[in-house]
Amino acid sequence: MERFYTLVFVAGVGCFAIAFLLSMIFPWMSLYSYHGMDYHTLEQLAEKPSAEFVQLSEKFPASFKEHYGTVSPESYAKALQRGRDVYVGQACWHCHSQYVRVVSNEHVRWGAPSSAQEYQNALNQPHLWGTRRVGPDLAREGGKKTNDWHIAHFINPKSVVPHSVMPPYPFYFDAQGIPNADGIALVTYLQWLGTVQAGIPVAERVTP
Amino acid sequence: MSASTTLAAHGEPLVNYRLIKAHIFAGAVALSISMIAGFLYSLQFVGYFPLGHDNWMLTPGHMRLLHTNMAAYGWLVNGFTAMLYYVVPRLTGHKVLSDKLGGLIFAAWQLILALSIFGYLTDKAQAIEWGETPTGFRPGTFEMNYVPVDLLVVVGAVLVIVQFMVPIFKARDQKFYVTLWYFTAGLVWLALTYLMGNIMPEWMLPGAAGAATTGLFIHDLVGLYVTPMGWGLMYFFVPLILRRPIWSHSLSVIGFWALAFFYPLGGVHHFLISPIPDYVEFGAITTTIAIEVVVTTVVVNFFMTLRGRWSALRTSMAIRWFYVGAVFYFITCLQCAFQVTWLFQRVIHFTDWVVGHAHLIMFGVFTFWLFGVIEWLWPRVCKREWYSQTLRGWHFWLWSVGVMIMFFDLMIAGLVHGFMQRDLNDWSDILRMSEPFWWVRAFSGVMILVGLFCALYNMYMTAKAGAAYQEDKHYIPANAD
Repeated sequence: MERFYTLVFVAGVGCFAIAFLLSMIFPWMSLYSYHGMDYHTLEQLAEKPSAEFVQLSEKFPASFKEHYGTVSPESYAKALQRGRDVYVGQACWHCHSQYVRVVSNEHVRWGAPSSAQEYQNALNQPHLWGTRRVGPDLAREGGKKTNDWHIAHFINPKSVVPHSVMPPYPFYFDAQGIPNADGIALVTYLQWLGTVQAGIPVAERVTP
Repeated sequence: MSASTTLAAHGEPLVNYRLIKAHIFAGAVALSISMIAGFLYSLQFVGYFPLGHDNWMLTPGHMRLLHTNMAAYGWLVNGFTAMLYYVVPRLTGHKVLSDKLGGLIFAAWQLILALSIFGYLTDKAQAIEWGETPTGFRPGTFEMNYVPVDLLVVVGAVLVIVQFMVPIFKARDQKFYVTLWYFTAGLVWLALTYLMGNIMPEWMLPGAAGAATTGLFIHDLVGLYVTPMGWGLMYFFVPLILRRPIWSHSLSVIGFWALAFFYPLGGVHHFLISPIPDYVEFGAITTTIAIEVVVTTVVVNFFMTLRGRWSALRTSMAIRWFYVGAVFYFITCLQCAFQVTWLFQRVIHFTDWVVGHAHLIMFGVFTFWLFGVIEWLWPRVCKREWYSQTLRGWHFWLWSVGVMIMFFDLMIAGLVHGFMQRDLNDWSDILRMSEPFWWVRAFSGVMILVGLFCALYNMYMTAKAGAAYQEDKHYIPANAD
């Protein structure tokens, strides 16, 4: 049994392949065959720019025009992708998860539990589910808070959440609090989260 | 087992100590970076991040990337490679393929680490946990925006496999010792795992199917590379130092095949109660609990090998690191069998409990085993005895106590967080309740850092001013106890 070729091909390749089949190919097949999921490209996601994106263009016309031009599906797609890039690059997803479970009253706090379909798109490739929640889950973040709240929060989290341990990100804004290209992108991306699923996000409800 | 280190036929050295020294040195540098970054990150949680927040490169998030990736790809990979350079030639009787190739692998791997560090600091990390090495392409596309470090890692891994598989292949007609089973299969698994985890979620699988794959990747990296290397080195060094065979060869057969079959099946347990289909989750939970049985057979084998020779824990530092690591290993795996159930998951997932678990397995088990290897190899590499016994003791005790404090502290913090989250407490209150635990964590981090500096200083002084090396001093006499 413990000969070179057995070790390489049975233990090495064989056992790996069985696990690959059972824990990757099977879920992948059943997700597609039973749920008939459609994949959404970035262009499809960005067909209708969000109200928050329009509001950013109106509130910060100079910065917006410089980095994104006018509000259009193309500029919205550009902002979403860049926002995701910053979110990944700064490792935001290591402290904020992006899925709501059916347990621990998470639906009360954040809204409907996550379904597989809402992750079938270009902005979840690779997914950003995360494994740790130092800050709240962000799967239903879009539309919950205003752009102004997010900008104030990024410049100094403690100004709006006194006990926050999130680091400030002042370098995405100038001295007057006007967002640069990354700042606009980050807010646009956060306001997009959860909007794939139909319905209005549930505001975070907490005990007094 | 205390075989000669030269080939009888040619009289040339079997083991290349220069390569071992280089890899241990690089591993120690990477471990220092990892520990310092982790400590800085922990200070953010208590509100005193010393690097400030005005620099977009030196942010706490980037410190986390440095902490985890330097521990895995910098410290463990360099440490295990050093260990392989010592063990594989001695078990097969053949030199590794080429010393020049060894130099190339060393240089390539440190280049990969340097490029990774620069990539993490400049926002180029990939969105795959434990696989953040920059892919070099814009996410999901083939437009390049950085050096494709992922591809370099694959090339590096293939070179490592060639380097060590050749002597194993040459010895294929001999009867293989258990350590070589683990190394042979582990090297094959390393390449497959890395390819799967870094390529498929990035270009082929969005969302839930991608999550199943990244879960499998995190799990396989630990289970199919780190674990085989760790068990393999235990099965080699413990009998070598104790000068007695392992207790049961049958148990080691069971341990090997059960690891190969069950371990990779548990991958999805990193994303339980998620949009991944439930039957896959149940399969992962069942096999994860099965792994606990496997681990028990292996740990029993380790401890029965030491039976009647308990004084070795006092007299040999290497044995002490190995066996305290083995105790931690059993604790971690036992914890795993419980925390993988939905009952535990609904509370502890997303909390510091999991962070504590990861710290114990990474810094309490495999790092301890590698420290044991370094305790054994460094005097051989330098041809000198350890410089200071006191510093060796401080290193051991600061790490043991520090890791234990961190583990229990984060475990309790996780329960507090989990129950407060379930009971719908305000998020700020959860943070306020967590703060004392984060202070304790930072404190235990100081202990671990100081312990590490003791070790590094001791290694430096050993190389410079240690007493002359005596081979026999390091083995445990057969009549001990």
